[in-house]
Amino acid sequence: MDITLLAAVAIVVVLLAVGGFFLVRTRRSVAPGKDEAGTEITGKPTAAPPEEDRERDEGTVVTPPSQAPPAAEETVAEPEPAPAPEIETPPPSAGRMVRLRARLARSQSSLGQGLLSLLSSDSLDEDTWEEIEDTLITADIGVTSATQIVENLRTRVKVLGTRGTDEVRGLLREELLAHIGADTDRTVRTEPHGERPAVIMVVGVNGTGKTTTTGKLARVLVGDGRSVVLGAADTFRAAATEQLQTWGGRVGAPVVSKEEGSDPASVAFDTVARGTDEGADTVIIDTAGRLHTKTGLMDELGKVKRVVEKKSQVDEVLLVLDATTGQNGLRQARVFAEVVNITGIALTKLDGTAKGGIIVQVQRELGVPVKLVGLGEGPDDLAPFDPEVFVDALLEG
Amino acid sequence: MFETLSDRLTSVFSSLRGKGRLSEEDINATSREIRLALLEADVALPVVREFISRIKERARGEEVSKALNPAQQVIKIVNEELVEILGGETRQIRFAKNPPTVIMLAGLQGAGKTTLAGKLARWLSADRNTPLLVAADLQRPNAVTQLQVVGERASTPVFAPEPGNGQGDPVEVARASIEHARHNNHNVVIIDTAGRLGVDSEMMQQAADIRDAVSPDEILFVVDAMIGQDAVNTAQAFLDGVGYDAVALTKLDGDARGGAALSIRHITGRPIMFASTGEKLEDFDLFHPDRMASRILDMGDVLTLIEQAQRTFDESEVEKMASTMSSDDDFTLDDFLQQMQMVRKLGPIGNLLGMMPGMGQMKEQIEGIDDKDVDRIQAVIQSMTDDPGRARQPQDDQRLAPPADRQRFRYRGQRRERPGHPLLRGAEDDAQDEEGRRHERYARYAGDARRRRRWWRRQEEAEEEGQEGQAAQRQPPEGPPAGGRTRGRAQAAPGGGRSADARPSPGPRRRWPAHAAPGSGRAEHARPVELQASQEQVVDAGRPGSPGRPFVCAQV
Repeated sequence: MDITLLAAVAIVVVLLAVGGFFLVRTRRSVAPGKDEAGTEITGKPTAAPPEEDRERDEGTVVTPPSQAPPAAEETVAEPEPAPAPEIETPPPSAGRMVRLRARLARSQSSLGQGLLSLLSSDSLDEDTWEEIEDTLITADIGVTSATQIVENLRTRVKVLGTRGTDEVRGLLREELLAHIGADTDRTVRTEPHGERPAVIMVVGVNGTGKTTTTGKLARVLVGDGRSVVLGAADTFRAAATEQLQTWGGRVGAPVVSKEEGSDPASVAFDTVARGTDEGADTVIIDTAGRLHTKTGLMDELGKVKRVVEKKSQVDEVLLVLDATTGQNGLRQARVFAEVVNITGIALTKLDGTAKGGIIVQVQRELGVPVKLVGLGEGPDDLAPFDPEVFVDALLEG
Repeated sequence: MFETLSDRLTSVFSSLRGKGRLSEEDINATSREIRLALLEADVALPVVREFISRIKERARGEEVSKALNPAQQVIKIVNEELVEILGGETRQIRFAKNPPTVIMLAGLQGAGKTTLAGKLARWLSADRNTPLLVAADLQRPNAVTQLQVVGERASTPVFAPEPGNGQGDPVEVARASIEHARHNNHNVVIIDTAGRLGVDSEMMQQAADIRDAVSPDEILFVVDAMIGQDAVNTAQAFLDGVGYDAVALTKLDGDARGGAALSIRHITGRPIMFASTGEKLEDFDLFHPDRMASRILDMGDVLTLIEQAQRTFDESEVEKMASTMSSDDDFTLDDFLQQMQMVRKLGPIGNLLGMMPGMGQMKEQIEGIDDKDVDRIQAVIQSMTDDPGRARQPQDDQRLAPPADRQRFRYRGQRRERPGHPLLRGAEDDAQDEEGRRHERYARYAGDARRRRRWWRRQEEAEEEGQEGQAAQRQPPEGPPAGGRTRGRAQAAPGGGRSADARPSPGPRRRWPAHAAPGSGRAEHARPVELQASQEQVVDAGRPGSPGRPFVCAQV
């Protein structure tokens, strides 16, 4: 059973690689300007400049798909005849954020309404400002950030003499955006470097959803026509490997694992080795959850990264933060940044009532941008983080 | 940036020194600081507001205390209020009159329900219960497998008729589990449900259905100590959707202040029953409200420190330590070293200091503590001479004192109450009892285990060689012996090999403690006459608590 599955996967990978290569070749030479976005991406599958990604963030997920829409259809069509019925073909990432916007907006409604009613009051007196500050604090934005946002807002309202609700709201929106950092690069670097696959490490404290995020991310990438190898470097938690295998099995991504209690660094190393051997595009390593206060475990994590770096450079270290996390999230991010130098944050469980305001502080203090948001338990509920959508959803209600 | 409430308050009050009573302004300034401290500890805003108003009220009415300055007074009020809100008594599990007692776990995703289920099962088994774990989380991939593994670790059977991963009906599983438990004589059933969001009405309905199907005796709301302001919404949503009797707080081993505990208790009135403080199954216990209060205020946690010490040291050790301190003897560097090592046994010194109140101001220094410093101190102290002119080198030692008195001398070297001359030996007899105790104390840290092992090894080697008839030719080990080169040597040629008859016969003497055993190497001075007596005394000294002659601790 396993062998047939593997064989099927191998065939699909080969077909994809060959087909994709030819498609890219032909498209590059033949169709220079049919679909602007599409051609641009197809033209540069390995090194898409970040500016382009930023522009298209609304519509696409994570990274620009390496194939243009027609190419994607081709690749999606190919695996279907393959004799592996359990491999699902996830939808491509395009338009995902739009679909999820409604959900995000719903989850934020109470905060938005609270702010709206406050800002629409006739006179903005001391109490109102305090209320606004409190409302921000309830979103876990943190006392310092909330105070600062309100201070800035007050000054600007005073200077500009603004009165209207919409104007004040516009200012607040700008202020929030400035704190979240609207112009940060938020692409997840998943493009392979020539022969070598891109390596992504997923880290975080216990129970934030690392394995789920890893699985979802693999799905997104497979949906975009990448080949992905997963590494179950969570050798500590009971059944974590199986959980990841379930995710990998759904999309046909191979999962490298060892028995429980083995050295996570060796699993990670083997994963990268296998990804390189198989010519995979992206390698995602799921690590065990660890509290940032456990020095021993944090050292272990540092070791995992160092060992992986012997084989290949680590392109992304994603810290998975739970949206329900309070001020402790900042401490977590600080320690993880120190140990493994996180390059991005995946904010999960944003579909609940929690607002995930802690990212404002994390971003301000550490400058690490939020790159992905998890919006539910569905396998496709992972989207790129869009600060404008985030802030709008916060304010619209 | 101030780390602790007490720092904040101290800074507020620094300008008010000498004031006996809190003025209105002081109270307002204070309450702002308390508000900040509480918000930073993730206490929910509505709770903070109400809390502040109560504090203000009490602070105004409070009598002037002579013992406390205003800052301390306020902290005292805050602490008392916190403890009160967190609930005075520790809550116990209500067992059903007709078993099985059904405990249902509910909470957000990733709160730690499955792990807590295992911990709870283990905790209950310790009290002679026979818990059954039920895998009703059929949502998350492989949650069932995880529970099975956890059950195995906790050696508790797991009822998992459905494979999970989205298949099967958790309500049916829960219902069937009760029957299963009855048939198999399980008196407690722990139902692990899927993680769900408060806003997910479908899943909340499912939880309510499970509840109705099994009518649990206790529903535990499992919540992550790191949760922020959302704690209030979630707690309320679960209270409305499922209803729960108590709260279990997980991941308390992190540095989250756990203000959520306060919020949930205050908003829902449900007590916090369990606290889970680590990844291992035994890191689990009933919740202590008073300690949580200190934690929220970041005021240190002396009680935990004390408990940790109680776990690490036994009473006799503590008593000895205390007697050292209270005895008339001087507190020597050796005592100091011994205590440092005891402290070190408690864990990283930085962590210990962090548990002391008021240490928040020294956070940075604490972070700079390197436990290896203790090793360095040890090296420094142990390379010191006991007395001016007397190096702790074996040769010096032997040169300075006749061998018969060497041990006393060396021993007394720890104490400074050495007699003026080795001939004053008689003077020490009355002190023998106490010395016996002291030498034990000293031996405890002096690496005896290592020395003992080494001695045993030598004995065994010697035995083997003796059987081969080569004993007499055997060469002593290189270098000075590791220890125990103190007594009982007889008939040994200086620098020469050990003679066969000087080696203790393996039989009964095996019971000798190593430190008292005949030394392993060379002894320059032959003491045939004393041999018999000193060996007897050695045996005495080796028995704990029995008076005996002191022995000498050579270099460790």
